[in-house]
Amino acid sequence: MIINHPLFGPRDAAEFVYLGDASLMNRPDPKAEDAIQQFYEYMYLRDNPAGEHRELWFHEQGDRSWLIVTRNTFTHEITKVELARQS
Amino acid sequence: MSLVDNSKPLNFSFDGKSFKGFEGDTLASALLRNNVRLVGRSFKYHRPRGIIGAGSEEPNALAEIHQDGVIEPNRRATMIKLFDGLAVKSQNGSPSLNFDILAINDLVSPFLSAGFYYKTFMWPRVFWEKVYEPAIRRAAGLGRLSTNPDPDSYDKGFLHCDTLIIGAGAAGLQAALIAGRAGARVILADEDFQMGGRLLSDPQLIDGICGQGWAEQTIAELHTLPNVRLLPRTTVYGQYDHGIYGALETRTDKIGAPGARQVLWRIYSQNAILAAGAIERPIAFANNDRPGIMLASAMRTYENRFGIDFGDYPVLTNNNSTKRNHAASRIDTRDAQWVSDTRGRKGLNSVSLNSGQNIETDWLGVSGGWNPNLHLTCHKRSRPKWDETKACFVPDINTLPENMQVIGAANGEFSTYEAFASAKSACASLGHKSGKPPKAEDTPLSINAFWHVKGKKRAWVDFQNDVTSKDITLAHQEGFSSVEHVKRYTTLGMATDQGRTSNVVGLAILADARGQSIPETGTTIFRPPYAPVPIGAFAGPHKGQHFKQTRLTPSHKYAAEQGAAFVETGYWKRAQWFARNGEQGWRDSVDREVITTRSSVGICDVSTLGKIDVQGRDAGAFLNKVYVNSFKLLKPGKCRYGLMLREDGIAMDDGTSARFSDTHYVMTTTTANAGLVYRHLEFARQCLFPDMDVHLISTTEQWAQYSVAGPNARKLLQKIVDQEYDISNEAFPYMACGKVTVCGGTRARLFRLSFSGELAYEIAVPTRYGDALIRAILEAGEEFGACMYGTEALGVMRIEKGHAAGNELNGTTTALHLGLGGFVSKKKDCIGKVLSQREGLVAEDGLRLVGFIAVDSKDQITNGAHFINIGDPKDAAHDQGYMSSVAYSPELGHYVGLGFIKGGDKRKGEEVMAVDFVRDNHINVRIVSPHFVDPDGDRLRV
Amino acid sequence: MRYNALQILKQGLTGHKGWKPAWRKAEPKFDYDIIIVGGGGHGLATAYYLAEKFEQKRIAVLEKGWIGGGNVGRNTTIIRSNYMLHENEGFYEFSLRLWEKQEKDLNYNTMVSQRGVLNLAHTDPQRDAYARRGNAMILNGADAKLLDVEGVRKLCPFLNFDNARFPIRGGLWQKRGGTVRHDAVAWGYARAADMRGVDIIENCEVTGFAIQSGICTGVQTTRGQIKAKKIGVAVAGSSSKVLTMAGMRLPMESHVLQAFVSEGLKPTLQGVITYGAGHFYVSQSDKGGLVFGGDIDGYNSYAQRGNLPVVEDVCEGGVSLMPMIGKARLLRMWGGNVDMSMDGSPIIDKTHIDGLYFNGGWCYGGFKATPASGYCFAELIATDSPNDTAKNFRMDRFSRGLMIDEKGQGCQPNLH
Repeated sequence: MIINHPLFGPRDAAEFVYLGDASLMNRPDPKAEDAIQQFYEYMYLRDNPAGEHRELWFHEQGDRSWLIVTRNTFTHEITKVELARQS
Repeated sequence: MSLVDNSKPLNFSFDGKSFKGFEGDTLASALLRNNVRLVGRSFKYHRPRGIIGAGSEEPNALAEIHQDGVIEPNRRATMIKLFDGLAVKSQNGSPSLNFDILAINDLVSPFLSAGFYYKTFMWPRVFWEKVYEPAIRRAAGLGRLSTNPDPDSYDKGFLHCDTLIIGAGAAGLQAALIAGRAGARVILADEDFQMGGRLLSDPQLIDGICGQGWAEQTIAELHTLPNVRLLPRTTVYGQYDHGIYGALETRTDKIGAPGARQVLWRIYSQNAILAAGAIERPIAFANNDRPGIMLASAMRTYENRFGIDFGDYPVLTNNNSTKRNHAASRIDTRDAQWVSDTRGRKGLNSVSLNSGQNIETDWLGVSGGWNPNLHLTCHKRSRPKWDETKACFVPDINTLPENMQVIGAANGEFSTYEAFASAKSACASLGHKSGKPPKAEDTPLSINAFWHVKGKKRAWVDFQNDVTSKDITLAHQEGFSSVEHVKRYTTLGMATDQGRTSNVVGLAILADARGQSIPETGTTIFRPPYAPVPIGAFAGPHKGQHFKQTRLTPSHKYAAEQGAAFVETGYWKRAQWFARNGEQGWRDSVDREVITTRSSVGICDVSTLGKIDVQGRDAGAFLNKVYVNSFKLLKPGKCRYGLMLREDGIAMDDGTSARFSDTHYVMTTTTANAGLVYRHLEFARQCLFPDMDVHLISTTEQWAQYSVAGPNARKLLQKIVDQEYDISNEAFPYMACGKVTVCGGTRARLFRLSFSGELAYEIAVPTRYGDALIRAILEAGEEFGACMYGTEALGVMRIEKGHAAGNELNGTTTALHLGLGGFVSKKKDCIGKVLSQREGLVAEDGLRLVGFIAVDSKDQITNGAHFINIGDPKDAAHDQGYMSSVAYSPELGHYVGLGFIKGGDKRKGEEVMAVDFVRDNHINVRIVSPHFVDPDGDRLRV
Repeated sequence: MRYNALQILKQGLTGHKGWKPAWRKAEPKFDYDIIIVGGGGHGLATAYYLAEKFEQKRIAVLEKGWIGGGNVGRNTTIIRSNYMLHENEGFYEFSLRLWEKQEKDLNYNTMVSQRGVLNLAHTDPQRDAYARRGNAMILNGADAKLLDVEGVRKLCPFLNFDNARFPIRGGLWQKRGGTVRHDAVAWGYARAADMRGVDIIENCEVTGFAIQSGICTGVQTTRGQIKAKKIGVAVAGSSSKVLTMAGMRLPMESHVLQAFVSEGLKPTLQGVITYGAGHFYVSQSDKGGLVFGGDIDGYNSYAQRGNLPVVEDVCEGGVSLMPMIGKARLLRMWGGNVDMSMDGSPIIDKTHIDGLYFNGGWCYGGFKATPASGYCFAELIATDSPNDTAKNFRMDRFSRGLMIDEKGQGCQPNLH
């Protein structure tokens, strides 16, 4: 696969390390009363769609930026790549 | 005109017998030139077999190349470019090709129908592994693999282009010419060593010159275009995501030749044009598998390209408008006549027709229509569609992979003119205009589908796997009616040609049995690779010592000089121990290193530890988020031990962080987790806490770092650290850190940290000074009897001190399990804190890390033992935990262990049994504190 | 019809005209007692054990395509019970025991072949971890043997002992491990279930669940509505897709696992070998192909196909471990859609919806579990209480902190 890095242009996916659903950026409030339940849902439950998926990739062999890649899990087509810290 | 060079004879051998061929021959053409018809034995019935095709689809003529004890099995004779000295052996004939004892299978074939395995060999049960299966395994398989290492080297390369053109026949050459002339970066790949495709085999006129001549002239022009790269003998084997194609170039067939034998290319293309042609298919009539029966198109290839003479009486049977073969008799199914049977055990001698007529002949050409080579259109799971008039599957324009076009015969456009015209339009769609296509024959294929001749005798569909038309109808009868079930039940299409000659015929027979049309019955789908690729080529140079990279520390050379034994730690090689003369084994060395360190001073290379610079106004706040304990209030000039959790509450890594200024921390991680921790920190920084002012950089490779440990550590370092820096206990106490200079002005960082439990320091200098520093330290330490110590001694001392390491931070343990629950700050949130409070992780009777000693000190504790309460049965239900680390303590004179046991923190003094079945060592052990040596830490602070 | 020697002789002599379909092409009825969604190995095994062991009647298996077309038809055929954690090991040992008598139970030769499974160790900590694991296996009644280098050499002299980046230091050997003819497992369970009255309904895709006040009463399918008292879902990589229709989010990601087979070769390898320093494992099928695989590609995918980096990684591991296989040729590669759970271990549990049961999260290791998974799922559906060997495969173990994490990788499915 090729990921079109917003700063570097097209890069082979082998330069990146995959993490998972971009919802992992939405860390719940640790002070919430039901924090354990919220953190459980945040860490363990996934939409796991067959189709468009916003997901996190780390450019480990590059600029070490975390990217949010919008990719279709059925066709692997990539439609959008953003820097995580700017999203 | 033949394309072999009669002036260049080449000697080769087949089954030990010497033959002569010519430059330009394939092994197949050379065997035919020498009148060898019997070339192999089939998989199941061991039937005699000859050459059927002329390309990579060949199912029968598989052979082994032999050279100096190395064997390359299953090579298609049609794809071996003949070279002088080639030694080839036939396969699957036992004891010989001519006399194969397993041909008995052919006689008992009525009992070996499709799926017979599943119904039998069950009685008695133990006979399956002992009797039946070994016999089946011996009979099955094709060629042999020598157990010698593969001596050849393989290269890997990466290519980029605007347009990748796959196949260099009429369509591909024309497309390359148009795109190349337009200035596009073109790669033209063809699996044959001679480009030209069917133009080399089928006599015809193009713009008034012969097809071979037109191909030659076109290739010559392409060679002059700098933007066109020609890759003959290169099979594009697969299509992958985002325009990436895999290709295999074969440089030579010779085993052990200098240079790369094959090159694995990864091609990044903007566009691709598939012009891979089509493969003729056989017709399933009784005994259609005898040597001498060949695809009609292959016969033309051998005649026209290689100059093989099939004598005066070859017979042709066809269901379509194939006209180009020389034949004494033509059996055209469209005239209601067909071949109903053949004779000749080891080679064809006659055919009989449905009319009852017998024709004596050595050669029968068969043309059952054409299958476009659309494999690459399916690799991303598009399915082709059925074209009734052409009686073949063609690519479905609606589901083609992005940026791919299919032209020529691969698209069902079988005439040369159609090939040229489709090349023109494909190039036009890429913006490359061209003039009128060359003049060429333009008769469309006329075909009346004719698949098989019904009858009592066996008619082969898949030649290599011995699947007959009856197997397919039997599978259907038994309910295996979906295409995939038929394939799996009969093994149709699963041979080395992956069904290129058999799938469509098989599907047609199945459709007939189901009383449905072919498209109602199903389609075929192709998976990569288009043709088999050596595993060695996929591996390339990454094998042996070069399987993965090797990382060496700055003191590696010095350590080697000191007799170090090295151990793999991730990609690093670390000194494990330093053997000295007279030592009887590793334990002697390790014991000495520990004793020297604990009694005087020892030095260990800790450069492999991960080092991360953390800088910024929020550096302290950031560390508070990633460590369980607090770092925000740590004073500059101080270090602190830190424990880091994953967000799921499990311990991830530990290490120390030192604060050099308000805005600058230096974190160390374990060797194993350096990369992981860095990634985790960047995730926290960029994705979780993007508003913090903090920046990270890994400096693992920028610093050489040594631990100097033992009662004499300070005395030694005072000789190394420049005089202006006071490192006395008062000025530089336990857990101090600072920037110093060493050896007369070299900048360094000094940390008063201890993993060994002794008075100890870690000193770091820029990597380039690492070798000089280690030599200086050991020279300065000579008066104290200082020695290097390796990872084993390091391990012994940390176990003696009860420090958890990788064996304990094993991805399932929390701070509480590790006995570090007190470290977790109650005042602040950190990553992992919330989920570490889940009920299952805070259970009172959960595992706790404690120490273990043998009740009988002569007993040896062993790592990996499980704990069972004394008197309880030794089974899973009574398991209490496991031993995670074990070492012999030279200081205490017995083994000590660390391990996890249920509720261990409240069980000190209790005896349990440590059971170790796999080492046959069950002993009683006592639960003790994990701090075996200097439990109060007095030595650290002197 | 039963298969026996006499039958084969008779059919062989009479042109095989008498063989009957291995399972009926059943039409869906209006309602059933139990519906199993998913005609893969696990679903078919569940139906078989429901009928055979738990005396249930009126059972249907609904399959959207052809039976056995998922992971049971595209795996690397390995069976073993060499797990480290008791929560897993007891279950997999139960499974291995069911494999050992499978052809007798099913009257179908699935070619269970116990030629051994060898896991190689390349570091001391790895060897110690294998000791812990081997002891756990034996505590659960399985067999295990810790081998030193010489022991490994004796079993597999052709491995790279002399020029390896990561030298072999030992191994863990399970003699009772081995391989099974994978497709035959689906067919064998289908035939045996069919003989016990189970309706196996192919080309019948579930498109929705009928759920009223927290109770599941049936399914909508491409062939109409079907009612049932109990519904068990065993759809592996499609778990999230299917249970989304019941409003559930699962602790699971779907990933692609590639597998590879070489051209047929004369017998060279006896059992299964797993490299401990790279992603590579291999066995040789009865047909002679080297069947091998490695790591998952590592990104969410339903594409059932993978990419080149993993192909090369696996082959690099293979040639590094076994330099002789460089000249064997890779014939076919394919990808399967695997249900990677959050701790690498499966789930066999009720859901919060009454009457709806779930079986999934098998990661890349579901094949070896097939018999026990079927048995335990059947027991759960029939009795509403779990089988003792599967009682820890609970849905709520993540919220309660009772993960079963063999590799210690935490809730990152692509690392399990």
